[in-house]
Amino acid sequence: MRRKTITFSRIVEAGMINFVRNASLAIAAMAVMVVTLTIVLFSIITSATFSNTINQITDKIDISVYLNDSITPAQKDGLLTQLRQLPNVKSVSYLSKEDALKRYIDKNKGNQDLLSAVNETSNPLPATILIKPRDLNKIQDIKNFLTKKDVAALQSNEPSYSGDRKAAIDKITHATNILRQGGIGAVIIFTIISALIIFNTIQMAIFNRRDEIQIMRLLGASTWYIRGPFVVESIIYGILSAIISILLVNAAFAASSGALQASSLGLLDIQYASTYFTSNFLWLLTLQLAVGIVIGAASSVIATRRYLKFKTSK
Amino acid sequence: MILLDRVTKTYGRSGTPSLDRISLHVEPKEFVIVVGQSGAGKTTLLRLLTREERPSSGKIIIGGIDYDKLKDKDIPLLRRKIGVVFQDFKLLPNKTVFENVAFALEIVGMGRKEIEHTVPKVLDIVNLKGKENRMPMELSGGERQRVAIARAIVRQPKILIADEPTGNLDPKHAWDVIRVLEKINRYGTTVLLTTHNQEIVNKLKRRVVTISHGKIASDKANASYEIQS
Repeated sequence: MRRKTITFSRIVEAGMINFVRNASLAIAAMAVMVVTLTIVLFSIITSATFSNTINQITDKIDISVYLNDSITPAQKDGLLTQLRQLPNVKSVSYLSKEDALKRYIDKNKGNQDLLSAVNETSNPLPATILIKPRDLNKIQDIKNFLTKKDVAALQSNEPSYSGDRKAAIDKITHATNILRQGGIGAVIIFTIISALIIFNTIQMAIFNRRDEIQIMRLLGASTWYIRGPFVVESIIYGILSAIISILLVNAAFAASSGALQASSLGLLDIQYASTYFTSNFLWLLTLQLAVGIVIGAASSVIATRRYLKFKTSK
Repeated sequence: MILLDRVTKTYGRSGTPSLDRISLHVEPKEFVIVVGQSGAGKTTLLRLLTREERPSSGKIIIGGIDYDKLKDKDIPLLRRKIGVVFQDFKLLPNKTVFENVAFALEIVGMGRKEIEHTVPKVLDIVNLKGKENRMPMELSGGERQRVAIARAIVRQPKILIADEPTGNLDPKHAWDVIRVLEKINRYGTTVLLTTHNQEIVNKLKRRVVTISHGKIASDKANASYEIQS
């Protein structure tokens, strides 16, 4: 046990010394890793911002079902129950004719022409059921239900799907999906490039020290005694790169916070990106560290493998 | 201690083997000199013993370890039991004399105090007291070779393999190195020495194994150098 502790501390120490000695190589490897990790971070934040925007919009959207004046309370309750049972229905609320009128008056305050069209005695507004869907992309099942013959018979008009907003939402959802996929693609490509460069960096370091490795091998050093320092060295690259990357992004948000507040790209809530980053800082840092450490450790393990193989041919 | 049974080593697909059905038995605490011209197969033999190479056929057993049954992960353990002195020293250039010797002990996980206690003793055996903090570059060839020997014996191996340790040295330094090997042998270590230094072989009066064209040409006790050059 004591030997293992001694050996472990020697491996870590040697890795740190290597890190300091290979400063120029370390900078090259870390530069690429910082870029990679920043892209990972950027993709996550962007994705979260888009999801947030979609959630906000989805929350505002509803389907209005207009009921016949002749509907009985039993029919109405039956319809509400059935709607609540649909899997994609988030919530259902009921507006009576009177409620609908109140809402209409509220909405159109200050527009005398529209207000004069209605009055307490002759209420032209139908009782309405408001449905909030869970997923806008799967609205079809609700549509299908509403157009069934017996259900359609209870309605005075075609249901309204917040028509123009739906089109806008579709566009945003589509764009988000493309961005998300593009982000994942960029993350994968940069992770591979970064791993390759770290791989090369470590191979260069190993090449410079191949005699030393051979001597260590001949003296009976175990695989991990030789490989360990290289792995420690690359893990240090990973940790430092993660910290640099997250500090860069933090600085970028701090510098542009004013601009972010001012710019709201229509429906897109850019300010949320900054909020998301700040409130998830620890989680994001942990993720960055994990990615950095894994890239570093994996590429150094692979890079050292070739130099540590024993001859197997006879 | 060392047992080779009809060991053949052929490199690549070339027809002529570097070693051809070599059988050799070395007792514990023996001092054996292996002689032979360049290319006779001496170095191949040593590389087989340290498991840098695997034999094409035949059996090798050292200190009870059968090389056929040796797993890759156990090769380091085997090498820790064998001390090797290389012709080209193979010292770590950016470490001091002390650090070079200590390195062999660090590998096996020995603690710092124990290392600081052991290394000076061994440096004393090879007459390098007072040169602990020199770098290899500042040493003469003979001194470097003795650092290499110190490193090879510091773990107290049962077997010491010395591959032409005098090859790069002038006669005086060559004898310094040989004296150290004899001293270690007296302490109970089996020594396998390869050389083509005729004078050393003749004066040592030890068992001499002559290898020629990959075969054992002769194997005699108290022998002298028998190769015509």
